[in-house]
Amino acid sequence: MTDTLQEEPLLIAEGLSKSYGRQLGCRDVSFELYEGEVMAVVGESGSGKTTLLNLLSTQIAPTAGRVLYRMRDGVTRDLAALGEAERRLLARTDWGFVHQDPAMGLRMGVSAGANVGERLMAVGWRHYGRIRGSATNWLHRVEIDPARIDDMPVTYSGGMRQRLQVARNLVTQPRLILMDEPTGGLDVSVQARLLDLLRGLTADLKLSVVLVTHDLAVARLLSHRITVMRQGEVIEAGLTDRVLDDPQEPYTQLLVASILPP
Amino acid sequence: MYVAAKGGEKAIENAHRLLAHERRGDPSVPELSLEQIMGQLRLAVDRVMCEGSLYDRELAALAIKQACGDLIEAIFLLRAFRATLLRFGASEPLDTGEMAVRRRISAAFKDLPGGQVLGPTFDYTHRLLDPTLQGAGASEPECAEPIGAMPRVTDILAAEGLIEPSPRTRPDDRVGDLTQDPLNFPADRDLRLQNLARGDEGFLLALGYSTQRGYGRTHPFAGEIRLGEVEVEFVPQELGFSVPLGEITVTECQMINQFRGSATEPPRFTRGYGLAFGHSERKSMAMALVDRALRARELGEEVKAPAQDEEFVLSHADNVQATGFVEHLKLPHHVDFQAELGLLRRLRSEFEQERAGASSLQEAAE
Amino acid sequence: MNAPVYNFAYLDEQTKRMIRRAILKAVAIPGYQVPFASREMPMPYGWGTGGVQVTASILGPDDVLKVIDQGSDDTTNAVSIRNFFIKTAGVRTTTSTGEATVIQTRHRIPEAALGEHQILVFQVPIPEPLRFLEPRETETRRMHALADYGLMHVKLYEDIARHGHIATTYAYPVKVDSRYVMDPSPTPKFDNPKMSNCAALQLFGAGREKRVYAIPPHTGVESLDFEDHPFERYRLDGTCAFCGANDSFLDEVITDDRGGRMFVCSDTDYCETRRSQSGAAETMAEASVPR
Repeated sequence: MTDTLQEEPLLIAEGLSKSYGRQLGCRDVSFELYEGEVMAVVGESGSGKTTLLNLLSTQIAPTAGRVLYRMRDGVTRDLAALGEAERRLLARTDWGFVHQDPAMGLRMGVSAGANVGERLMAVGWRHYGRIRGSATNWLHRVEIDPARIDDMPVTYSGGMRQRLQVARNLVTQPRLILMDEPTGGLDVSVQARLLDLLRGLTADLKLSVVLVTHDLAVARLLSHRITVMRQGEVIEAGLTDRVLDDPQEPYTQLLVASILPP
Repeated sequence: MYVAAKGGEKAIENAHRLLAHERRGDPSVPELSLEQIMGQLRLAVDRVMCEGSLYDRELAALAIKQACGDLIEAIFLLRAFRATLLRFGASEPLDTGEMAVRRRISAAFKDLPGGQVLGPTFDYTHRLLDPTLQGAGASEPECAEPIGAMPRVTDILAAEGLIEPSPRTRPDDRVGDLTQDPLNFPADRDLRLQNLARGDEGFLLALGYSTQRGYGRTHPFAGEIRLGEVEVEFVPQELGFSVPLGEITVTECQMINQFRGSATEPPRFTRGYGLAFGHSERKSMAMALVDRALRARELGEEVKAPAQDEEFVLSHADNVQATGFVEHLKLPHHVDFQAELGLLRRLRSEFEQERAGASSLQEAAE
Repeated sequence: MNAPVYNFAYLDEQTKRMIRRAILKAVAIPGYQVPFASREMPMPYGWGTGGVQVTASILGPDDVLKVIDQGSDDTTNAVSIRNFFIKTAGVRTTTSTGEATVIQTRHRIPEAALGEHQILVFQVPIPEPLRFLEPRETETRRMHALADYGLMHVKLYEDIARHGHIATTYAYPVKVDSRYVMDPSPTPKFDNPKMSNCAALQLFGAGREKRVYAIPPHTGVESLDFEDHPFERYRLDGTCAFCGANDSFLDEVITDDRGGRMFVCSDTDYCETRRSQSGAAETMAEASVPR
């Protein structure tokens, strides 16, 4: 937990449910996320964790329940009640979304610099030199050689692309980041480097993060709190160390037992 | 010495005269009559009417003659003419169930009420060029009697609840009209079908083919294809009841596709629909395949393949638009080309300067 | 057989009314693309049907019409369109920019300044400035509605990163009345400044894409750029071989197959007016070769 904990939560999920016909996406998920908190949502495939992420990012609408978000002016709003213009602005400035496949979160056909600078240009930056300067700065922060600013993401390795995606999201200093298996598909050593970077950045920037992963080791390294899901339901939730060291539910115990000791 | 060229006007005039000359061809050969085109190239006439979106065999034949056999050019002629015609309303929906059927087949059932009627089809011919057609005086044509009305396969399935009902329309709802309103996305099925009905046969054929090869599979069965004459009816405001305007020949294809259910509805077969003027089986079948593919969104299917992409299909199906834009590249573009040349020359000189600068630096360093 | 009878300027009154309504809406929202139900015209889509429909809707029997393509009255398509209106409207036509009340143009804006009594009608192939960055119409409509133009600047950024310059030389995007981003049609960027605070009404018609848009008279139009990479009004460095103008857009004419070339005004009326004014019809200035 950070010292600068705000009193009001930044993000609130209230009884979120989503069903597709007879198929259940998730049922009755509730939590409160504060500034600077990283919450991991773990589960196997089919657990509903990705559905939950899509509900939080308003990519899909819930069948029941609400998502509430505290705006920069301090007012907490129901995201479903926001106009599309407002939502798009939030998505571009206050939020970030890191996809498992970086190609989904990047423009593969434009240079790294343009990728990082896009959000700045979208909010009105009109000085090429300054945009480029900011992009250079962020590339540096995510440990990409700034000399590669004009290269296209297709020339980047998987790990670099993922770091570029992170930079692209952070350039407008968002407060909330949603991550979908950010280390998925990367080599173990590359994963470790990315995790280190994420850990540093989330602490430095006091980011709130909802991190979806099936990998308990990732959850342990990055998150303060953890929510365990199975077949659309929340099985167990609490502080990460507590849940992983002393799991209460049989399913959680099964999950924990199956990971190799570090 | 270069003098500013005048004479674009004269050049166009001469081009038109040459075109007319080539259209007529060898004057010792008899000139084509519209009756010959209507009678012996009837399938070309059918296609031109369908994509020209105007049912008039004689005008379509004239267009084909004027276009020297270029069917898309003929379609363009017909469309341009259509745009000048006064519209006085919309007909009642055609009742294809009441069609005077000349050909009707179903791949879904071995036999069915009304039977499998092959009619005039190329289907089982052997594709061997027939030299007897070289000369005149071929066989005596046989007169085929129309069979009369026969029940639709889809109605038979619907009676058991096995196929989705033909989407209910609220009778007071205005049917969209592509020629009056601009196409907006997402488009409803009425506008999509209109767009496909006048769409290029080749384009729809390729898209339909792609669905069969896995790009948006819909598991189609040809529930029914029927060809024959239907009556066009119209309700004049002054009379308040329908009057027949005449008969037209249409080809209708009902595809039976992959079944679908939901949380509240039992699974049923889904539909794809195709309708074309004249005897146009390929067109109506392709149209039905693409219609079904485009329904992916409303049936909750994942939209991945080109044939399912509404914007892609509907924006590019019209061959009059397509040919206009493709062929417009023949128009002068030298001003824009000049602008591009300017930039290119500038970039190249900068490249040379940099290279010269780099090599002189290198020399200085050595 | 039905023998067609054509209305004044070909289109029926119903259609003209529909197009005029779209034009009024366009004028009320400068730079915004208004959808309209484009008609099939007797010339192919892509060959000026949008411009022709706009002209046909606004033309009256007392109008004087000028039609140019690539700046010239005598290019084949300009001739063809002019003849179309002579045949269907019987209006007076002219090659003089000053005399015309309606000027239909493809790819150029006349060099001479236009007046309040004039209307300039542009032929537009692709009205959507974002089209090549984002092919979906649903998405570009949203971007315009939300003034979400970041992607446009991404393209300009890329150009500078890759070439050192913004690489768009024609159809250079502009912002109209500080709100909508618009494609000025494939005019060279040399012509962009003429659109700003122009005394004439500027109308843009795209037939195949079914959009009409407008810049009302005396409206501000800015070409998109960066503060540190401002818009450059590119012009080939040279003078016209016929009239000696050094401020007009020049066409390059290849005179032989040994690299011989000369440069002449693209705007033929501007050139002829200069020549008749200076009486220099016989003298040929030495055409300067661009550096």
